[in-house]
Amino acid sequence: MTTSHRNWDSDPVLTVEHLTMRFGGLVAVNDLSFSVGRGDITALIGPNGAGKTTVFNCITGFYKPTTGMMSMRTRDGSLHLLERLPDFVVARKAKVARTFQNIRLFSGMTLLENLLVAQHNPLMIASGMTILGVLGIGGYKTHEREAIERARYWLDKIGLIDRADDPAGDLPYGAQRRLEIARAMCTGPDLLCLDEPAAGLNPRESAELNALLLSIRKDDGTSILLIEHDMSVVMGISDHVVVLEYGTKIADGTPTETRNDPRVIAAYLGVDDEEVEEIEHELDETTGSEGGRA
Amino acid sequence: MNSAVKSKDGAGIDFGRALKDGVLIGIVAFALLGPLVGLKTDQNMANELILQNRLGLAAILSVIIGVGRFLLSAFIYPWIAARGRRSKSAVTLAELEARARVTRGLSVTGLVFLFVYPILIISLFGVQGSIKWVDNYGVQILIYVMLGWGLNIVIGLAGLLDLGYVAFYAVGAYSYALLAINFHLSFWVLLPVAGILAAFWGIILGFPVLRLRGDYLAIVTLAFGEIIRLVLINWKDFSGGSAGISSIPKVTLFGIYSFDMGASNSFIKAFHLSPSSAYYKVFLYYLILLLALLTAFITIRLRRLPIGRAWEALREDEVACRSLGINTTNTKLTAFAIGAMFGGFAGSFFAARQGFVSPESFIFMESAVIVAIVVLGGMGSMIGVALAAVAMIGGTELLRELDFLKLVFGKDFNPDQYRMLLFGLAMVIIMVWKPRGFVSARQPTAFLFKRKTVSGDLVKEGHG
Repeated sequence: MTTSHRNWDSDPVLTVEHLTMRFGGLVAVNDLSFSVGRGDITALIGPNGAGKTTVFNCITGFYKPTTGMMSMRTRDGSLHLLERLPDFVVARKAKVARTFQNIRLFSGMTLLENLLVAQHNPLMIASGMTILGVLGIGGYKTHEREAIERARYWLDKIGLIDRADDPAGDLPYGAQRRLEIARAMCTGPDLLCLDEPAAGLNPRESAELNALLLSIRKDDGTSILLIEHDMSVVMGISDHVVVLEYGTKIADGTPTETRNDPRVIAAYLGVDDEEVEEIEHELDETTGSEGGRA
Repeated sequence: MNSAVKSKDGAGIDFGRALKDGVLIGIVAFALLGPLVGLKTDQNMANELILQNRLGLAAILSVIIGVGRFLLSAFIYPWIAARGRRSKSAVTLAELEARARVTRGLSVTGLVFLFVYPILIISLFGVQGSIKWVDNYGVQILIYVMLGWGLNIVIGLAGLLDLGYVAFYAVGAYSYALLAINFHLSFWVLLPVAGILAAFWGIILGFPVLRLRGDYLAIVTLAFGEIIRLVLINWKDFSGGSAGISSIPKVTLFGIYSFDMGASNSFIKAFHLSPSSAYYKVFLYYLILLLALLTAFITIRLRRLPIGRAWEALREDEVACRSLGINTTNTKLTAFAIGAMFGGFAGSFFAARQGFVSPESFIFMESAVIVAIVVLGGMGSMIGVALAAVAMIGGTELLRELDFLKLVFGKDFNPDQYRMLLFGLAMVIIMVWKPRGFVSARQPTAFLFKRKTVSGDLVKEGHG
């Protein structure tokens, strides 16, 4: 196990160091450090209320963390400190895209329009910050056509090309989830953060989602960080699992490692206090021997 | 309500339930009205306080209320429920498309009609008789169409409830009035200047305000509208106070002809026409028509540009916008500024047309009317807003012509006094009949295979 190649240590796309988020007296995330490997699918799991979504909101700039540092290295090699950026700059410059636990599509706009809104920033430049676009000069038309082609590619990929001109609010739930992922991908991200992408999906849709995520990683080289409860997704496709409980990291490793971690099992299944102490005792011994993993 | 639910299932009208409702409400009404209406204290001739028993009257009133409730429960509620069910389920795509076709046809005929309207009126009523119809109806309505379209960008597209839109109208009007009088600049120079100044004020207002949402945004914009008006009243050296500014120069025909009778290049003299202000009114009509169409044209173009899509996305979901890298503050500011700019254009036109501006013209009521036009028309719909402006402004003007009601209600009846009442009633009826405005469906800005109309039920209204 110590010899296995840990991509997230050698080539991280995102490094979170000592992230703490307090809401008044409540410590939602407590001194959390982990890395997301470039090209990896990383799963952030934990029981309800463990602080997973808070971590997401910190990474994507929706919350300003109390303390901590989050550095994102984009494909072009530039380094962005996410805690210093406003949310829209995180998406625009640091190339972090996200989806939401409760789907946030533009329901009154068509699928195509949803995907075009995601390409707002390049299109805005192409339209000469609107001024040239209104006057009808400049190459906006060509850029828009390219944007539509890109949208078509993603609609094709998520299997919704036939419904391109329907309003997003008319889609069934599973399709809305896929569309939200496609919309995030249309921003051209280096890191895609998915907040419970498999929530409410049936097993078949869940398998389709796995295939989609794997193909995103393969075709676009986008690293994926996801929060998930569905273990078939987590164990099936992720390369790296980080487990949170009460805002603290309790395990970090490959899926097999975390699956067999007694603390993870305890956190998920719940055990008597005595037993926890027992396990923690055992665990201290094992982690001690492994040498500073946690 | 229960009765309505039952009859929905096709069980017919539940008279038992309605009767129970009616009797119950009648009893409650009697319990309330008994002491309030049934017992009246009065003074008799000897100045003694006496109690008059009017329980009979209270009973009659209670019976009326009970019967009313029975009728509501038995007929009206089931009918409304059935209507709601039908309109929800039966609006198919085909129907939406048909409606969209009607709307498109309407806009083309409307446009042609607008261009021939003054000619039509002059041929019907003669040159002098046309003034009322061209000025009071045509120009007045078109000003509001333009204001409605301008505000439509802010409320209908970006979903920001702006209750102080009239402030930008005022900025435009005073910009033209002051600059034209003090610097003798022409309308054609000052029109863009007024627009830019109004847009500038839109940004000034926007910066502190746009971090607020929903009701708070509405309240602050309302306050801004009042601040502008109060400044205009109190800063007498600058704006002339409540007396306003008079003898504002008229618009010229691009500086070639003047519409002043005395001027050497008078339009009327040049064409040997009989002296009448009607020609100026017709000119103003075409001017505001073109300004309004410019507003429409730019709005339609903007909708298809990324900024327009971002506005609509902002109305749908602001958080999602930010997650996609859209700077929501700038996006809102542009909506505010561009909306304000059209308000400024309309304002400078207004000043030139009236020849006189005073803070009186920019009261909150004006803002409310413009907001009502946008909401009534269906937020985001150009044609809907235009129809609403015709209904609202034309409607209030038409209510002045209701002299025939004197035949019904007697000689003392003054329809002018009932204008606002009738108007309010009409608004309520329209909002019950079409809660999302005349044209609620949304036209997508781009399509891959086929442009399909989006049902208004899915389109969000924004929350500030």
